Amino acid sequence: MPEPTSSSAPSGAGAPIPTEAPTPVARTKTSAHPIEHFVADLDETPVRATDSAVSDAAPRSLWGEAWRSLRKQPLFIISALLILGVIFVALFPGVFTSEPPNDNCQLANSDGGPAPGHPLGFTVQGCDILARVVWGTQSSLTVGLFATLGVVVIGGFIGALAGFFGGWVDAILARVGDIFFALPLILGAIVVVQLPAFQQNRNVWTLVVILVTFGWPQIARITRAAVIEVRNADFVTAARSLGVSPMGSLVKHVIPNALAPVIVIATISLGTFIVAESTLSFLGIGLPPDVMSWGNDIFSAKPSLRSNPMAIFWPGLALSITVLSFIMLGDALRDALDPKARKR
Amino acid sequence: MAWYIVRRFLQLIPVFLGATLLVYFLVFSLPGDATAAICGERGCTPAVVAGLREQYNLDEPFWIQYLLYLKGVLTFDLGTNFSGRPIATIIAEVFPTTARLAIMALVIEAVFGILFGLVAGLRKGKIFDSSVLILSLVVIAVPIFVLGFLMQFLIGVKLQWTSPTVSGDATFTELLLPAVVLGLVSFAYVLRLTRTSIIENVNADYVRTATAKGLSRRRVVSVHVLRNSLIPVVTFLGADLGALMGGAIVTEGIFNVNGVGNTLYRAVLNGDGPMVVSIVTFLILIFCLANLLVDLLYAWLDPRIRYA
Amino acid sequence: MSSSTGKESGRRAAGKDTRAEQPPSGVPQPLLELRDLAITFTTSNGDVPAVRNAHLTVMPGETVAIVGESGSGKSTTALAAIGLLPGNGRVSNGSIVFDGEDITHASEKRIVELRGSSIGMVPQDPMSNLNPVWKIGFQVKETLKANGLPSGPQDVAKVLSEAGLPDAAARANQYPHEFSGGMRQRALIAIGLSCRPRLLIADEPTSALDVTVQRQILDHLDTMTEELGTAVLLITHDLGLAAERAHKVVVMYKGQVVEAGPALELLTNPRHPYTQKLVSSAPSIASRRIESAKQAGVESEDLLAPAVSKAASLDKIIEVEDLTKVFKIRGSWGRSTDFTAVDDVSLSIARGTTTAVVGESGSGKSTVAKMVLGLESATSGSIKFDGVDITTLKRKELFDFRRRVQPIFQDPYGSLDPMYNIYRTIEEPLRVHNVGNAKSREKKVRELLDQVALPSSMMQRFPNELSGGQRQRVAIARALALDPEVVICDEAVSALDVLVQAQILNLLADLQSELGLSYLFITHDLAVVRQIADHVVVMQKGKLVEQGTTDAVFDSPQTAYTQALLAAIPGAGLVLPPEVA
Repeated sequence: MPEPTSSSAPSGAGAPIPTEAPTPVARTKTSAHPIEHFVADLDETPVRATDSAVSDAAPRSLWGEAWRSLRKQPLFIISALLILGVIFVALFPGVFTSEPPNDNCQLANSDGGPAPGHPLGFTVQGCDILARVVWGTQSSLTVGLFATLGVVVIGGFIGALAGFFGGWVDAILARVGDIFFALPLILGAIVVVQLPAFQQNRNVWTLVVILVTFGWPQIARITRAAVIEVRNADFVTAARSLGVSPMGSLVKHVIPNALAPVIVIATISLGTFIVAESTLSFLGIGLPPDVMSWGNDIFSAKPSLRSNPMAIFWPGLALSITVLSFIMLGDALRDALDPKARKR
Repeated sequence: MAWYIVRRFLQLIPVFLGATLLVYFLVFSLPGDATAAICGERGCTPAVVAGLREQYNLDEPFWIQYLLYLKGVLTFDLGTNFSGRPIATIIAEVFPTTARLAIMALVIEAVFGILFGLVAGLRKGKIFDSSVLILSLVVIAVPIFVLGFLMQFLIGVKLQWTSPTVSGDATFTELLLPAVVLGLVSFAYVLRLTRTSIIENVNADYVRTATAKGLSRRRVVSVHVLRNSLIPVVTFLGADLGALMGGAIVTEGIFNVNGVGNTLYRAVLNGDGPMVVSIVTFLILIFCLANLLVDLLYAWLDPRIRYA
Repeated sequence: MSSSTGKESGRRAAGKDTRAEQPPSGVPQPLLELRDLAITFTTSNGDVPAVRNAHLTVMPGETVAIVGESGSGKSTTALAAIGLLPGNGRVSNGSIVFDGEDITHASEKRIVELRGSSIGMVPQDPMSNLNPVWKIGFQVKETLKANGLPSGPQDVAKVLSEAGLPDAAARANQYPHEFSGGMRQRALIAIGLSCRPRLLIADEPTSALDVTVQRQILDHLDTMTEELGTAVLLITHDLGLAAERAHKVVVMYKGQVVEAGPALELLTNPRHPYTQKLVSSAPSIASRRIESAKQAGVESEDLLAPAVSKAASLDKIIEVEDLTKVFKIRGSWGRSTDFTAVDDVSLSIARGTTTAVVGESGSGKSTVAKMVLGLESATSGSIKFDGVDITTLKRKELFDFRRRVQPIFQDPYGSLDPMYNIYRTIEEPLRVHNVGNAKSREKKVRELLDQVALPSSMMQRFPNELSGGQRQRVAIARALALDPEVVICDEAVSALDVLVQAQILNLLADLQSELGLSYLFITHDLAVVRQIADHVVVMQKGKLVEQGTTDAVFDSPQTAYTQALLAAIPGAGLVLPPEVA
């Protein structure tokens, strides 16, 4: 049951906009109930100086913050260790296997199981599986790394220009991107790779060129979106009113702040390009058969799947772990560099 | 709304033209004689080469070649392949199988991806969430051909639950395993997307307001959280339908499915340039249509777009 | 889903227990009582107490306002009352008693029963609190349905029209994005009151709206809750608004209730030092104080001194004439329409004084600021700076012009590059204009930090480590680095808490008298204008409505629009006794 309250009605209730200056009526409400005037104990509620406290902790840049949160993430630690391991194998394959990679294959050992000195058994050509897997690391990683570098440079450049300048530059670049986008990476690569011109010059570098050609639009889109988000920030406007040129503000303010999502996607793309290389090799149109790669090994082990599944399993495992560690790293970076978490 | 659809449709035309031009350019004007590819290592007699040049208008300037080709595409006359069969007939033959496979994969990834993503998102940080997240990373990381062989070996060869390969009939049970393999990677993406979207929406102001109105938890989740979270998921699924139809090259290869992907793969191995170009053009068309579908779905799901 | 009968019986049962406890003195039972409430948030850095020892009583039909700055725990306290704490928050001590029933640890089922039908809520931001994918009518209907009320189209229309939404039946068929901010807030009020709750929690219900809309909505809310006898728990940061709208005001500071009492009593006789600071700094109260003082015939030199001493200067540093800005807006079917953001505006700034441009959103005030800064080109008209028209400047001249006019923006979180530390931020203008060498620049940065009262130890810190007020000080230091003559403050204090706002306004005033700066002050907040401006320009929909000295505009506003704006300042209806003034 509502108590009757004796409050004076607000002067202009309901009326749209009062057309005359308000008459000075007291608009405070008075209650029917007695209201006690409570004041908290001053000792328990000390008033601190307005807007003072600055901690004595060491200054923290945004990258510093990200690094601190990364260090605590198990996902980051595991993936970083795995990646370091894979890089080490790629650089120093000799440490992991004494077996020469290619020229010790004996057909007598074809599809043989594990033997002393050959813990993982033999391929259909009688090559040591461990040696093939270890020596195959290099080509997969090279393709992934350089394809990623390529798309970041090309896609990043195009995306940054489109996002920052907008207008017709953006419109044209966006349409060009759409055209490439309509052609998925693997499909585009297949079309080019089967051409005689490429079948005659198949190697790691032509493959990188093909992957970059069809892979750049994704990075361009991400960069464009990130740049657009930063472009309108007040600090960019402030820089412009200081007299910083448009190009200057793009390089000094916009790009550094738009980098985080690009780094995340680039890390994940590295994994994607390794998969793309091995998929093409698996289809028999990627790296030439004499180049050792996990995809080639899986391709050549295909016919004997039923009799010797391990010949597919080991290179498949190496491939999966490598890709997984890059994707995990990307995920960990995404969490650490999350723009929403960075706002404050 | 009408303007929105028309604009989207108009935007697709340059994309389609550009993409087909790109493919045509790559195949027919990069260094290397296209007829050499068609003839392969055996070589052709000069008369045959001349015939081929005539058939594919190779003596015309590049632009004319492309326009003639485009005219063919628009009149459903895709020419004939290397062995003389009409390409349009071949595509019409194999496409239904691929479409069936793609739709099965789409249903599998949508149902399980949304279900798992919803539960994970609502229980963020709990054990189910963390394990499902790790699982999804593994699924994304393991290349589809490794996954395919693994499943084929375990389920088809070892356990013999289904036949490891697909016959010409491509029955529902035969296609089930390939569909699972094909849908697995997208399943992981759908799961992650749903989860992120749910987590974002659970904390949205309007969800709190809906709770404050006195709605039950179940109603808040189904009417306000899930409905809004599905917008990005459904658009992803639309785009994925296009990708599944074209991206089945590996899966169709492993399970020996007589579909578009496998046909393309054989054409690539045979160096059948005209066939490759035609199939890729067909796939680009599918991809563009899928994108149009996505735009329509988006407008249907989000009224802010519909009235824009 | 609970049926209405279930709810009723639940309420009756609850009522029964309490009647037994009711004190015999005849004092009515409080509707909501928070006793010793403590709320704790679990974060990655451990438990963080958000609210401690909070006491609060809301009597039936009474309006109680909780006032506090951001982070004071005012919203958290109110949300705890309907079990809407975020997932990592929990009531760690004390109790919440609603109508005699302890609901601190009530079951989810019981809380769902209470929500909507017994305790309603009107949230803060009308833009984000309606689900964008459902029609307004649907969102009202499901509220009625969930609480067991008739939910036919006519019931929905009735609820909406009660909240002052015209043409409610048709409006119910629209989506939230087709509504203006004010209409959305009306829809939210309709939803909050649709099930006739006995308590309405209104969390900053109008802070996102223009002042005139704010006033209409608050007036309407007042009328409705009074008619229905609904008690209101009003959360606000504005002491003036609280005093004007509530019977009782509760002041919270750093998670604790520091003072509570009748509204007017708190304003006239604040006892806690924090309340005293708040009363002396709140712009709405301060501007009221000036008015009251004038009406009481007290021409206090202290209060009006700044305006009097500077008025003499006639030298115009900026003269804007017939300024117009037209934007092209792309419509559907490729048609583009012209939108006149600024329409034939003329104004001037006398050297060493402050001119305020006041207007609501869409008035074109910020576009004027951008054009004066040379960031946006004028469609027509001229902007003379020290006699030179800047709309015709060449690149090099424009570069030199930039040294003389500098901006300070609204959002203290967006106006500093998060990648630059404070030293680099303040040094950037010097480097861009090639002023001095590394050593002299460092000296200058130290001087600037000193001028804005920041320790030079802060030079190596990054913006993310600073509070909003501190960031705004850095932005001021950066703006002053090139010794400009004019500073353009675009809503420079709007995002800050009241006390910090007062501090920054004082700093700006000190810098003005010290350095002879001229300010162009863009703001929506008339209360602030009263405190700092010498000259006021009122804009509405791109047009200049009225201009004059601050005293003239405030004392005898000539146009209806200015009068409405003045009347809408929260606390405009308060008459403060002279001793407060």
